[in-house]
Amino acid sequence: MTDEFDRSGILSVDEKSKDSTIVFGFWMYLMTDLVLFASLFVVFVVLRGPEYGGASIKNTFDLQYVFIETIALLVSSFTCGLALLFAREGNVRGTVSWLLATFVLGAAFVAMEVSEFSRLLAQGLAPARDGFLSGYFTLVGTHGAHVTVGLLWLLAMVVAIAGRGLSRGNMRKLALFAMFWHFLDVIWIFIFTIVYLMGVL
Amino acid sequence: MNWQTLIFGNLSWSVLPENAIAWFGALTVIAGVLAVVGVVTYLGRWQWLWDEWFTSLDPKKIGVMYIVVALVMLVRGGSDALLMRAQQATSVGDSYGILTSTHFQEIFSAHGSIMIFFLAMGFMFGLINLIVPLQIGSRDVAFPFLNSLSFWLFFAGAALINCSLIFGDFSTAGWLAYPPLSELRYSPTSGVDYWIWSLQIGGLGSLLSGVNFFATIVKMRTKGMNWMRLPMFSWTVLGSMTLVIFAFPILTVTLALLYLDRTAGMHFFTAELGGNMMMYVNLIWAWGHPEVYILILPAFGVFSEVVPVFSGKKLAGYTSMVFSVWAIVVLSFIVWLHHFFTMGAGADVNAFFGIMTAVIAVPTGVKIFNWLFTMYRGRIRFESPMLWFMGFVVLFTLGGVAGVVMAEPPADYQLHNSLFLVAHFHTMIVSGVLFGYFAGLTFWFPKIFGFKMNEKWGIRAFWFWLIGFILAFGPLYLLGFEGATRRLDHYSSSLGWQPLFIVAGIGAISIAIGFSCQVAQLVATFRDYKRNRVGNDPWDGRTLEWSVASPAPSYNFAALPIVHSRDEFWEEKHGASTQEQKFEDFSMPKNTGAAVIVSSFVFLLGFGAVWHIWWLVIAALLGATIAVLVHVFNEDSEYAVSGAQLAHREAGLQYPTSL
Ligand code: HEM
Ligand SMILES: [Cu+2]
Repeated sequence: MTDEFDRSGILSVDEKSKDSTIVFGFWMYLMTDLVLFASLFVVFVVLRGPEYGGASIKNTFDLQYVFIETIALLVSSFTCGLALLFAREGNVRGTVSWLLATFVLGAAFVAMEVSEFSRLLAQGLAPARDGFLSGYFTLVGTHGAHVTVGLLWLLAMVVAIAGRGLSRGNMRKLALFAMFWHFLDVIWIFIFTIVYLMGVL
Repeated sequence: MNWQTLIFGNLSWSVLPENAIAWFGALTVIAGVLAVVGVVTYLGRWQWLWDEWFTSLDPKKIGVMYIVVALVMLVRGGSDALLMRAQQATSVGDSYGILTSTHFQEIFSAHGSIMIFFLAMGFMFGLINLIVPLQIGSRDVAFPFLNSLSFWLFFAGAALINCSLIFGDFSTAGWLAYPPLSELRYSPTSGVDYWIWSLQIGGLGSLLSGVNFFATIVKMRTKGMNWMRLPMFSWTVLGSMTLVIFAFPILTVTLALLYLDRTAGMHFFTAELGGNMMMYVNLIWAWGHPEVYILILPAFGVFSEVVPVFSGKKLAGYTSMVFSVWAIVVLSFIVWLHHFFTMGAGADVNAFFGIMTAVIAVPTGVKIFNWLFTMYRGRIRFESPMLWFMGFVVLFTLGGVAGVVMAEPPADYQLHNSLFLVAHFHTMIVSGVLFGYFAGLTFWFPKIFGFKMNEKWGIRAFWFWLIGFILAFGPLYLLGFEGATRRLDHYSSSLGWQPLFIVAGIGAISIAIGFSCQVAQLVATFRDYKRNRVGNDPWDGRTLEWSVASPAPSYNFAALPIVHSRDEFWEEKHGASTQEQKFEDFSMPKNTGAAVIVSSFVFLLGFGAVWHIWWLVIAALLGATIAVLVHVFNEDSEYAVSGAQLAHREAGLQYPTSL
């Protein structure tokens, strides 16, 4: 089963179809992530009963604070889109700047979430207290962990683009990153609605 | 926290095995690993293994590795089965058999988990790797590195679950670890954590493979292969992978939540403070029912290839076969509640799920009739793949009927968790899934290695398996009717069950002999490979995989074929279709050891998580992340193949004379 060939040089045959396969595969991955979040939403809703602190948490959410968080994430999706536009024009500086802007906004979102969590913990509202809080921290925390992974990816992209420019591989990864980032936005909108709005109203 | 827990977590000398049988298990594993390491070192084959196998991205080699690991896991799971059969045959009245209750519980939990996750899933992905790219006229899968990563994650999961033989114990909570039994309060040792993490790691591999092969079949079919020309095996794989994509994330979440309950004191499934254990049962079956169809669909696919070839006719009812696959895919997501009718969801809910469950029998029946119609007036050759089919078609139909019986909630209130249920699902998984995969392995083996498997031993294996199966599981249907529940480690002699349990034990021994025949078959096959060498098309096949050399070259097709009809290769042989060979340049992925490295870190992560060695978890996570990043940002991962050079080679292609 072994065959030896001349292994020199990279051919870029059928790069186009490779791009479309990769984008398709990434869509499928996002579907799996969607099912993952859907399961967490179901768990959250099942455990939301008021008996174990569900009622008391109502007063502890600060909707205004969460709204600012939401804006930060939504705007970061916009800046990410701008980075992609600049990349398509071959503008490395523009791409890198908008990516950094995205990073700042995303990091602000994560920081706000962490401080929200620590505020709850300080009030004794820890995930181990009851089923509702377990569901809350796990759902919101899983999203936060995804955003954090996204931030790491983003940094790696910045380094790669600053180093090697907008190569075919980097363009590909940037497009996937943008899909991932928008996806996290959509999930957050569901969290904002189901966890916070419906929790407070 | 003292320094010892900081460094070793919960590990200590007391985690080593406690009794003779457990020590025997541990020493067998250690001896087995040492023997393999010793032999490879003695033969000086490490470099070769690394270069040609471990780092290979060729799906055919990855497929072979999957099947090797799966068969080793079959030995492990099979030893568990023999122990259970020995216990139940002897532990009656004043005699308490050979196992303690706890050990018995560990063994049935490990048996189920290993057989489903590391035998059946591994065998399935093995066959898929071997054949799907060839069958759809592709040189590779959509994501070659991801494919290698899937395999190595699967391997890491399998390694982790077997670590529990040496360090610590295994879960006693059954193959699905229902809470509250699996919660920390009732299972305080690390056994359940082994279960969680080996399934989590193996499951991640399966999920990635699901995405990979779904994308492969959708995007990589060769020119002219439109949907209604796709071979049936690939159709069933597409259905199965769809189920993987939608079901496995639910498993990931369920396992993670159980771990959070156990480790971080959360209350998802606990019996207090707002936890909901029935939510666990719902979640695990929302994955678990699709899972059984994930396994059976590719077996249906194998038989849909085998039956036409060995009957010399085209598959009857191709279109209805395709529709029945998708009917099964959709239905298998709306029947999960039949696993807990007794939960008491109410008559309406039970009625709905009962009817949906019975309805699944319809598309399944369509398939069975189509296979039989394919054979009707065919010139049937009863070689071993066809023998497996004959065994399958009878037993599987009976097992399906047993399923429909349990689909009626009133009947299921009697049969639930009885040995009748155990007999049902073993009929589906052994004589359905496993017979199917054995047929597939025998059928496609020559395409991968260039020679056929030894037929004489294959036939012996079949008969021992078949008779053994009937003896081992027939009595369980009867015992179930007599009220024997599953997972008993002891029963009263006044029940009169012992004779049936002894028959079941004899059946298990016959299956073990059947498996030994398969080992002999492999030995004979490789010993006489020169004598068994075959050409492209040893069975008079119909689909594209038979059009290339045996063994298939690493690039599968020197020139990508163009498909004009459903059984393209058959039509070509009969002059109804021709290929013009057009040689073009293309690129192939370079070998890489990245997947091995990432998975080693993931294994350490799992081990750390089981024993609460947090520094190891963090370090392993860091290592895995860096290894992934390094691989992903490496743009020098492909090499070029020149079409002209290939054309030259193909012209004078000889079958290799050595392995
Ligand atoms: C005709 C199609 C089928 C029907 C109507 C059917 C029906 C059922 C029902 C009603 C149960 C639950 C019984 C109980 O727990 O009381 C069950 C359990 C089970 N079935 Fe099937 N089934 C079918 C096909 C299959 C197939 C194809 C497989 C595997 C490849 C399978 C594997 C299982 C397993 C593993 C369990 C239960 C395992 C456990 O409780 O630990 N079934 N089936
Ligand atoms: Cu089911």
